[in-house]
Formats: sequence, C-alpha cells, structure tokens
Amino acid sequence: MVLVYAESPRGQLKKAAFEAVTFGKKLAEQLGQPCAAVVLGTTQSDPGELGRYGVSRVLHVADERFDILDSQAATQALAEVARQVGATTIVMSHTSTGKTLAGRLAVRLNAGLVSGVSGVASVESDGTLVVRKSVFSGKAMAEYAIVSPVKVLSLMGNAIRLEVSGQPVSAEVLTVSAPAPRIRVRAVRTVEGRVPLPEAEIVVSAGRGMKDPSNWGIVEELAEALGATTACSRPVADSHWRPHHEHVGQTGIAIRPNLYIAIGISGAIQHLAGVNNSKVIVVINKDPEAPFFKAADYGVVGDLFEVVPRLTEAIRKFKAAQ
Amino acid sequence: MKFLVCISQTPDTTARVAFTPDGKAYDSNGVTFIMNPYDEWYALVRACELREALGGTVVALHVGPAANETTLRKALAIGADEAVRIDAEATSSAFTARQIAEYARTEAFDILFLGKETIDYNGAEVGAMVAEHLDLPYIALASKLDLEGNTAVVERDIEGGVEVVEVNLPFVVSAAKGMAEQRIPNMRGIMMARTKPLKVVPAVPVEEHVRVVKFTLPPPKAGVKLVNPEDMDELVRLLHEEAKVL
Ligand SMILES: Cc1cc2nc3c(=O)[nH]c(=O)nc-3n(C[C@H](O)[C@H](O)[C@H](O)COP(=O)(O)OP(=O)(O)OC[C@H]3O[C@@H](n4cnc5c(N)ncnc54)[C@H](O)[C@@H]3O)c2cc1C
Ligand SMILES: Nc1ncnc2c1ncn2[C@@H]1O[C@H](COP(=O)(O)O)[C@@H](O)[C@H]1O
Repeated sequence: MVLVYAESPRGQLKKAAFEAVTFGKKLAEQLGQPCAAVVLGTTQSDPGELGRYGVSRVLHVADERFDILDSQAATQALAEVARQVGATTIVMSHTSTGKTLAGRLAVRLNAGLVSGVSGVASVESDGTLVVRKSVFSGKAMAEYAIVSPVKVLSLMGNAIRLEVSGQPVSAEVLTVSAPAPRIRVRAVRTVEGRVPLPEAEIVVSAGRGMKDPSNWGIVEELAEALGATTACSRPVADSHWRPHHEHVGQTGIAIRPNLYIAIGISGAIQHLAGVNNSKVIVVINKDPEAPFFKAADYGVVGDLFEVVPRLTEAIRKFKAAQ
Repeated sequence: MKFLVCISQTPDTTARVAFTPDGKAYDSNGVTFIMNPYDEWYALVRACELREALGGTVVALHVGPAANETTLRKALAIGADEAVRIDAEATSSAFTARQIAEYARTEAFDILFLGKETIDYNGAEVGAMVAEHLDLPYIALASKLDLEGNTAVVERDIEGGVEVVEVNLPFVVSAAKGMAEQRIPNMRGIMMARTKPLKVVPAVPVEEHVRVVKFTLPPPKAGVKLVNPEDMDELVRLLHEEAKVL
C-alpha cells in the first residue's frame, strides 16, 4: 500500500497535497498496489475531495491536536496510520512541512528516504524503487535506489502536473494516539493574496538593474497581468528593496515554475542555482553579454524600463483576446 | 548553555559539477570545498552569538575524513570553542544523522543546530533524523531564534510567510537565511583556532537503505531565442504557441 500524507498547513489542502496524491496514485499503479491518502488535523474543506486526484481511500485524523506542526506528534500519527493500513511506501511533499517530517518518519519506520524527488525512474522486481531528483542546485540529476522494505519519499513542488482522475470520496475518520505537543504556535505571518513562491507557476523576478525600489511598479504590473508571483535577486533583498521571502537562488528559495521571467538580473551562478529548474526562462537585460542569456530560452536585449511595460501591454492584449 | 553545531562541507558554489566516469560519484578533482553556507553563516554564528550573550560552549561537529579538518578549523576561527570530527566518509544522510545523534547523546546539549540543507545534494534530511534519534522537538528552516530563559522563540519559514513558535530546551533546529549575519574570521580567531581542541571519534556502523544509481548532467539548453525588444507581441506568441506556458 502507498500512503500519501496530504499536508494541510493551517487547515488548508493545497497544491502541494494534490501533487503528492497525484504522484502517489501513479506510483501505486506502477507498484500494483492500492493507494490511500491521510490528512492530519481539522481542515477548511472536505478531505474527501482528494478523491479527485485518484485515491479511492482518504483517511482523516480529524483531531485538532494536529492543527499545528509538531514533528513528534505528526510522526507518531503517520507511523500509526501506516501500520494500521499496512503501508510500505509513504509519500509527502518537499515543503516546509515535509522537510520537518520526512527524515523523522524515515528513522521511526527504519525506512530509506529520498527527499525532493521529481519522478520515478524504475521499479525493480526485487522491490527496489529507483527515483530521480535534482542535485547540486539544479546543475545535475541523480538517481537513487531505495532498497529497504519500507520507503519514504518527498515530492518536489511543481515536479508533476496535477491530474484529476477520480471522484470525491467520503473520508474515513480515524483516531490515533499522539504525545502532547512540545511546540506552541505564537503567531503566523503570511503574505496575503499571492500564490507563495514555491507553488507559483509563473514568477516575475527582478534584480539590481531596477536601480531603485520605487521602480518596482512595472514589475508588479507585469506580475499582475500574468497572475504571477514576484521574486528578486539576493542583493535586492539584502538592500531591503524587497522582502526577504522573495529572494531566490542558492541561499534563498529554489523554485521551479513553468515560466520564470528575469528582469535586470545578471544571472550569477548562485542565482541560477535557485531557478534553473524552471521549465521556460525569459531574460530581459540590456547587456547582451549577461550570463543569464546562456541559461535562457527566450531573451530580450533592451532597456527594462521600456521592455517591461511593453510586455505587460502585450500580455493584457493577449489575455483580453483569450 | 551548550550548543552543538553540525558542520558539513560542499564544493565551492562556483565549482564545476562533474562526475566520475561510472557516474556513481562526484568528481572532486581540483575542487575547493567550503563550509556549507547555512551551517557557517547562520547556524554557527547564531550559536556563537548566544554563547557570547549567555555563556557556555559551542561545539562544532563534522562527519568526514581527516582531510576535512580545515573546515572544522575555520569553524573554530569563527568562534566555536571545541571541534569534534566523526572519522568516516559521510555516505548518506541516514549515516550522518546517526553519527551526530550518537555523539550528541554523550553530552547534554541545549540546542542542536544544523543548516537547512547542504547545497550540493540538497537533502534537508539530516536534522529531522537527528531529532528523531534523540526524541527531541525539531524546527526546520528557522530564520530567527531567541531565548527567553528555558524557552526558545523561533521563526520558521513557511510557504509564503513565517510562523513564530515556542519550544522548550533542548531541541534541534535547522538554520535558514536570516538567523544571523555572516562573520569573517579575524586574525586573532585564526590564531586561537590552532590551539582549540579537535577531538576525533570513531563512527558507528549504519545499515544503508539508499544507494546512488547514477548522476547525470542535464542536457544543454537549445540556446536562447532572441526576440526584438520592440515586439513584445511576438514574445507573447512564442510563450503561448511554442513554449505553451501561457
Ligand atoms: C555564496 C553566495 C551565495 C549567493 N546566493 C545568491 C542567491 O541565492 N541569489 C542571488 O540572486 N544571488 C546570490 N548571490 C549573489 C550573486 O553572486 C550575484 O551577486 C547576484 O545574483 C547579482 O544580482 P543582480 O543580478 O540583481 O545584480 P547585478 O549582477 O548587478 O546585475 C544587474 C543586471 O541588470 C542589468 N541592467 C542594468 N540596468 C538595466 C536596464 N535599464 N535594463 C535592463 N537590464 C539592466 C545589467 O546588465 C546586469 O546584468 C550569492 C553569492 C555568493 C557568493
Ligand atoms: N557530514 C556532515 N557532518 C556534520 N553535519 C552534517 C554533515 N552533513 C550534513 N550535516 C548537517 O545537516 C544539515 C542538512 O544536511 P542535508 O540533510 O544533507 O541537506 C547540514 O546543513 C549540516 O548542518
């Protein structure tokens, strides 16, 4: 049995969970095994909706003790659910939640772990599972064989396309034992309104070429027209032109959107490390020698202060005609 | 207070990425290694700051062969009081985590610091594993950490924001950008590092559950297609019809 932990941070089942379920269901088919999803904590929507992504069983530990992420309690719950349903492969998302839990659960279950997986390479007849992941900040790919009987995987965001292949089911409510939480949540501060960077399908990013934080309006407008999330290079965040959570690259966040538009960013190797897994890269830079052009699919050599508003106009026109 | 900081080393960020001919291992020929930035800039510096404010000891721990001791010396130069090297090649995160946990059991650490991930294999696995071995709370991706007596107030990065959590000592934490500012070791630190203790400890055997099949380099990009800066409708058309991302 493949068990997918569909994460629901702050009660919300979102894209990361749907991707994990889509992936888990496909993996289960490859293994010739059934697949179930488990949700911990109370949720704002019906967990049975996960059936749309192909799982026939959704288990819901509808216990508010799991509404906050306490790694010890969550690990205990997942281990217990895995035992109850006889799961030998556990899939979760490589998010802040998955990074908190995957290693812990692997130790608890004496399982082999590969985190940040982007796909399955093969399933061997002896039960070995070979998975793929990107390493060296996107500069290479690795294949790892998990040879232990119990396996834990975490799936990289945007690694697979969501697939609706089923119907909502009615969630089975479960109870599990858990230790008292050792972590208390004081506050949560989230940026409202925008898709968080790791989940964004389109990202509009700008660098030092913008000259001044007051010039960001044209970037915001382009992002708005595209329904994109904004990002920035490191010096921009370091000089407080933009908030830190927008910083992408080796020391910021690594992203893999479908479309990454880089505006006035030179394309230093440390910046590329966080973005070169993007499906399509567009670079706008006035310097034809900017290293970013080597990593780009489409390039515009020109002054960003002219090109960006023009692109926004073209996008608006395109969207209006759609 | 007693702080453990787990230090890994990675190829210099600008190093070329190449693999041995069988594709099974990273080809480190001619590559300079650096301390993993998350371990150095954030975890180690924050541990030193807390020690400076509250007193105590910072122990830097590395799992790796003798050749890596320069990285531990650098940790001592930045401010760690003692260094420990577990004498083994760090073959996997499971192996590394087990070594760290075995060592941590021998001393009562108040906080165990790690980096959020190593920038080569991008695992983000070791910290949670260590925490589970020791049955301690774990907070990943922490961008701020303060102590209020026996309680730590930690901000952790979540998708699109931060969550502020409280946890009692002892616990395990992984450091992300923001927890501290990079420190450049000064001459005095470098001199003092030479006389600070560096202990070598044997490794315990660990059963490996994961093995490398192969590493490959991504196929080179087809090359950039340049679009006339006057004609952004053309770029939109290409993104829609050719790249199919709009
Ligand atoms: C260990 C380490 C880790 C690092 N981690 C990161 C990281 O995570 N993320 C990151 O981004 N950086 C990181 N850096 C920094 C990185 O090396 C670069 O310094 C940085 O990415 C440069 O930012 P930039 O491209 O915005 O600025 P610049 O390099 O200054 O580039 C600005 C670009 O804008 C162009 N430009 C200027 N004016 C215009 C105009 N009017 N129209 C069009 N184009 C214009 C210029 O031609 C130039 O190419 C790291 C560095 C180190 C050493
Ligand atoms: N060989 C090692 N020795 C000591 N600590 C390590 C080692 N490898 C990884 N770590 C620690 O574990 C963190 C996360 O590594 P990883 O899970 O491999 O991404 C690093 O930032 C280090 O703090």
